[in-house]
Amino acid sequence: MIPTSYYLALSAVLFAIGVTGVLTRRNAIIVFMSVELMLNSANLTFVAFARQFMDLSGQVFVFFVMVVAAAEVAVGLALIVAIFRSKQSISLDELNQLKG
Amino acid sequence: MFSLVPLVVLFPLAGFAANAFFGRQLGAARAGLLAVLAAGAAFLVAVVQLAALAGNGFAPVTVPVAEWLRVGDFHVAWAFQVDTLSVTMMLVVAGVGTLIHIYALGYMREDVQHNGDPGRYPRFFVYLNLFLASMLVLVGADNFLMLFVGWEGVGLCSYLLIGFWFEKGAAGLGNARAAMKAFVVNRIGDFGLLLAMFLIYWTFGTLTFSELFERLKTVRLDATGQLIVTAITLLLLLGATGKSAQLPLYVWLPDAMAGPTPVSALIHAATMVTAGIYMITRNHVLFALAPQSMEVVAWIGAATALFAGTIAVAQTDIKRVLAYSTISQLGFMIAAVGLGAYVAGMFHLVTHAFFKALLFLSAGSVIQAVERGGAQGGAHAGQSAEAHHDPQDMRFMGGLWGKLPITQWVFLIGALALAGLPPLAGFFSKDEILLDAFEHNPAIFWVLVAAAFLTAFYMGRQLLLVFFGQPRSTAAAHATESPAVVTTPLIILALLSFFGGLLNLPKFGLYGYAGSLLLKEFLSFSVEAEALPFNAFVAGLSTVLALAALGLAYVLYGRAQATAQDRDPLAALLGPVFGWLRDKWYVDELYGFLVVTPFNTLSQLAARALDLGGVDMTFNNLGELARAVGAGLARFQLGYARRYALVMFLGAVAVLAYFLIAR
Amino acid sequence: MTIELVLFFLLAVVAIGAAVGMLLSKNAVHSALFLVLNFATVAFFFLFLGAPFIAMVQVTVYAGAIMVLFLFVIMLLGAEQLRQPSTVLPWQPPLTVFLAVVFVGAAWLYFANAGPGSLAAPPPFATAEAAGAFGSPQAVGQTLFQTYVLPFEITSFLLLIGMIGAVVLTRDDKKR
Repeated sequence: MIPTSYYLALSAVLFAIGVTGVLTRRNAIIVFMSVELMLNSANLTFVAFARQFMDLSGQVFVFFVMVVAAAEVAVGLALIVAIFRSKQSISLDELNQLKG
Repeated sequence: MFSLVPLVVLFPLAGFAANAFFGRQLGAARAGLLAVLAAGAAFLVAVVQLAALAGNGFAPVTVPVAEWLRVGDFHVAWAFQVDTLSVTMMLVVAGVGTLIHIYALGYMREDVQHNGDPGRYPRFFVYLNLFLASMLVLVGADNFLMLFVGWEGVGLCSYLLIGFWFEKGAAGLGNARAAMKAFVVNRIGDFGLLLAMFLIYWTFGTLTFSELFERLKTVRLDATGQLIVTAITLLLLLGATGKSAQLPLYVWLPDAMAGPTPVSALIHAATMVTAGIYMITRNHVLFALAPQSMEVVAWIGAATALFAGTIAVAQTDIKRVLAYSTISQLGFMIAAVGLGAYVAGMFHLVTHAFFKALLFLSAGSVIQAVERGGAQGGAHAGQSAEAHHDPQDMRFMGGLWGKLPITQWVFLIGALALAGLPPLAGFFSKDEILLDAFEHNPAIFWVLVAAAFLTAFYMGRQLLLVFFGQPRSTAAAHATESPAVVTTPLIILALLSFFGGLLNLPKFGLYGYAGSLLLKEFLSFSVEAEALPFNAFVAGLSTVLALAALGLAYVLYGRAQATAQDRDPLAALLGPVFGWLRDKWYVDELYGFLVVTPFNTLSQLAARALDLGGVDMTFNNLGELARAVGAGLARFQLGYARRYALVMFLGAVAVLAYFLIAR
Repeated sequence: MTIELVLFFLLAVVAIGAAVGMLLSKNAVHSALFLVLNFATVAFFFLFLGAPFIAMVQVTVYAGAIMVLFLFVIMLLGAEQLRQPSTVLPWQPPLTVFLAVVFVGAAWLYFANAGPGSLAAPPPFATAEAAGAFGSPQAVGQTLFQTYVLPFEITSFLLLIGMIGAVVLTRDDKKR
């Protein structure tokens, strides 16, 4: 069998890549995909621990995460469409109204 | 029936709330009517309480309404004490209050026109209803804390009503200053009352009257205890001197005449200023244990009676004469309760409420008559030089007899009642106080007799200056009578002033009529009452002196003065002393020099050096610092969500690293 | 090196490679396709870990529905590529990479120092039946509808709200 720590390490790497995508890419859609990647890496740890402790709750949590992700994508893509309509762009560089 | 007693407060309170929130929408007429109905309903409840008491054999009853405070052993409730004493006060307060509400309907309608702000009409009734509610809380309270709530409530209303035309007066500040003075001086008295309450709770462990008196009945005082009770009673007296305008805290009451006349009548003559007398009477059990305090009380009352009387004889403002007269009469009552003659004090309180309210209200009627005359006369004679004189100055009146067919008679009745002529109410009540003084303390008796002489004299002077002789201004020449809504309460009060003596007629030897000493019998269920036999010497002396004083006034003022600038005949008689009387013995100046100026200097110092220089500067600089730091940090706020997320990630990594290292 | 480990490393390389591909692609469509590949690989890991149901959901919902939605939006907006190069936040990429490396390093340190056995390989299933029962749709369903029935109901609300939100946000301004 493969040690659980291997899965966790893989998950950490995927998570780091996801974070890098969120923080460096300017294309809002790719930022979104990176968020999905991060969620997915978290799912991987859930399932790994579910196997480690023989507890199905971990798998059920993954199910819930997927539901949340689906809802988030629906709303998030709608937001992107709305932003695109008003700005004619989905570049995050255009969005700096929070400037202090 | 007793359970209805909270309504005596709730009706005026409801009137207050309704007018406070919806007064503008209701409009002037309905707002005034609502206030009158609220006051009248409170009076009806008071009458019901009287009936309930009669049905209960006049035994006192406590009506709990609600829990208020319970902290450990300390327990205070909202509860009403219904006994003959509190019901007497309720009847006077609500009864006279209702009449004055009715009077104010007419008076204030002209007053707001005259002062140029008709929109303020409902506000007057808001305050008046609130005053009535507070005063009824005060007299109905079954414990010191609730009494204190009423005590402060009436003080607040007094402040608000003195400053009703707060933007008027000398330099646009006069009325506001008068209100402030009343409030601050009263605070000194309130401070005494508060300390007394603390001391009572500390010593006896209760603030409820009935419990306190129960404990006092069984208590045996040692030397320390005697000292404490004396301290308590003296502090209570300090409270009473503030509220009831006695030496040395009387100075606020003459200035309080800045308020509209119904206020002067209701608050500063008939009801609120009697709170001190009521409070001392309510605590008679406590005072009975402190004979030295009683002595002090009696002397303060007598001294005030004489002192205020001397000032009153030289005043020219029609309301100011009455104000000093009020102080003097309150001195009579304080002297009475100081002598242990609680019934005499309460009797004088009741009759004084009738005839002094009457005098103030008639004075208001006179003032408005002169104001109307001024407006009319000005229209006739064009812009005359004297058009802008003070309508309250008696030197510009004169010759009003015959022009004010109702006001003149009711004023005459009020003045003669106050002067103490039989068979009017003032004669009997004042006579009873004099009689008590005669029996117990001759020194005080002679002081009070002198004060009574002055009373008759200044009332004679006022009558002659206002109504007789010839008009000394065009305004007085064109004065016209007030409307019926103003004169009707005057007539009722005049009847009460005339027949008020029937409440407590003395027994003439063996020939007492069935209802004699009615008030004494009534009040004897609440306070111990001593029935002194009628004394022909005292009664004769006071009558003769009153007549002599009126005669002296006629000799001095009977010959008509031609113009307002004429020298006061009394000045010729008294010489330089007159100046001292006219300038109120310079007490205000003395207080200004001793207290107000040093205090203001200290306040200025505190404001400039400590507050602006110290506290404000510190916190302003702290604020500036925070702003500067914020401005510096704001440069990191680029507005890009990615940068914020980066900082978040930095934090997450830092937390993770911390856990790894700390493990 | 067992066959399992070989398979694991092979798939891990594919997963990481796909993720990096998504990260570096200039074209959003390529990114999306790389992500689909990544998701599919992760589904294999789920199978390894005894979660066949979750693996199927991963493929159908994630790789299927969600990614199709992404592609649809990209093509709808014609936003495959951004036109202008970045001019703001010059320090953002190097800082991010540095932090990501620190993160992975920290995680690595943690796993390396974890007590012996606590994160070791779990014991294999004793029988084929036991292996089939753990993570089967039936078992997951029972857990979901017994222990987690209330959260399950709440997620249905969440989906409803998400749906309404999406509809409201994308409505045409002019028709409002």
